[in-house]
Amino acid sequence: MCGIVGLFLKDTSLAPEFGTLMAAMLAQMSERGPDSAGFAVYSQTRDGGSVTLRVKTPETDLPDLDIAVGEVIGAPVSMEVRANHAVLSMPADKVEAARAAMSRLRPDASIMSWGDAIEIFKEVGQPRDVTARFDLASMEGTHGIGHTRMATESAVTTMGSHPFSTGKDQCLVHNGSLSNHNALRRKLVREGLTFETENDSEVAAAYLTWRMGQGASLGEALEQGLEDLDGFYTFVVGTKDGFGVLRDPIACKPAVLAETDRYVAFGSEYRALAGLPGIADAQVWEPEPATTYFWSR
Amino acid sequence: MERYDLATGSLREMNAQLQAVAPGENLTAWEILNPDGRHAIAVGLDAPIEVRVMGPTGYYCSGMNQQATVRIRGNAGPGVAENMMSGKVIVEGDASQYAGATGRGGLLAIKGNASSRCGISMKGIDIVVGGSVGHMSCFMGQKGNLVVCGDAGEALGDSLYEARVFVRGSVKSLGADCVEKEMRPEHLAALENLLESAEIDTDPADFRRYGSARRLYNFDIDNAGAY
Repeated sequence: MCGIVGLFLKDTSLAPEFGTLMAAMLAQMSERGPDSAGFAVYSQTRDGGSVTLRVKTPETDLPDLDIAVGEVIGAPVSMEVRANHAVLSMPADKVEAARAAMSRLRPDASIMSWGDAIEIFKEVGQPRDVTARFDLASMEGTHGIGHTRMATESAVTTMGSHPFSTGKDQCLVHNGSLSNHNALRRKLVREGLTFETENDSEVAAAYLTWRMGQGASLGEALEQGLEDLDGFYTFVVGTKDGFGVLRDPIACKPAVLAETDRYVAFGSEYRALAGLPGIADAQVWEPEPATTYFWSR
Repeated sequence: MERYDLATGSLREMNAQLQAVAPGENLTAWEILNPDGRHAIAVGLDAPIEVRVMGPTGYYCSGMNQQATVRIRGNAGPGVAENMMSGKVIVEGDASQYAGATGRGGLLAIKGNASSRCGISMKGIDIVVGGSVGHMSCFMGQKGNLVVCGDAGEALGDSLYEARVFVRGSVKSLGADCVEKEMRPEHLAALENLLESAEIDTDPADFRRYGSARRLYNFDIDNAGAY
């Protein structure tokens, strides 16, 4: 069991409230996933790009890291620290260089996400504590996805938490378990993808990254996933400008979607959505098995 | 009318109050406010009381109900009226997966759509769905009636025992050992009663009946060599 949520704002005037809404949705999913929690926030306010990094010892790993990265990439870098994560911002064309520089400068650190719009924060612990630690409530965003984890397939660690990001501005959260992830991981490694963990959900994320890298749209990649991913799953996937939902054909893992003029929201259960503005008048439905849903701006 | 607000009160305390209503008491009408998708609302009731749940519910609302009438003013989460023994549960919106699973008696009326596995392993409950049902509905149904006013998904009535299935719309596919059967006058009469009890106004003559071909659950001596 795990809990997953997603929120896509059609009316971006809600953006300042985004973090508060997401934090409440994740808190409602605590019983479904008390081990760890994580979330991806997409915001369209940044001029350039960013890399989100998790370090082991913020006191020693983070001071002056922005200056050091800036010197390597030859461009201005700014840094915003949230607990043991830091978001380093730089011109969009320097993101790949910055990512490489950070891996060299802080080999013990983990890159959580990189791109034009995405920031991922995740950690072990109760969802309420995790969102408070990163002060999710203060974050603005246009869309995002989140996860509360009850581990079944791999250890309870930060890197085993969701969302998993395997490509620029891409991430995935998963409720379920895949049964063909080892074979698929070997295939994707041969295709040049890299993995941080032994987790099955990371394979699903990498699979979609691989498909989209071949030119597929998010919808097409999800459609192909129905053929290639075996097991139980409800996925919610984030991209730079949208999010998508896919359930396996058996559809044991619960899922509820709600749509109003202002937003599209996803929850493992209705109670994750119960606090959203205007929910009483929303169209609320259960996504069909083996059917792709996606929204983008 | 007794009112209980789940925004301020505790779910466990509310269920304890509902379960404690003794025969002959006049606390017979209850309204539950702000359910907000909480789990296990109004479960284990065993008195002829009327409970209105004023909004959407989470898992297992009205599970194991006996005697009570529970009306849900919204959508119901997974396992609504699971293992109901008697009484009546009305869902005014849609119901999630395995609605009425293993139910032994009573009536579950769903005004909207039901999801996958509706009436799985039903053992005497009657389920009437105003809309459509998802895949694997009435799987291993043993007794009772499943009435679907809309369409049925894949593998309807798979491994069916003696539950009866009535569908007005299309059936995507029938499960193993489920076949269409003749609609006789007694079936039309039973269907008319069920639709009326479920507050659904539609003509029983528009339905088709499905049931077990009885080839799967009876031992066939010709297959003895296979064991």
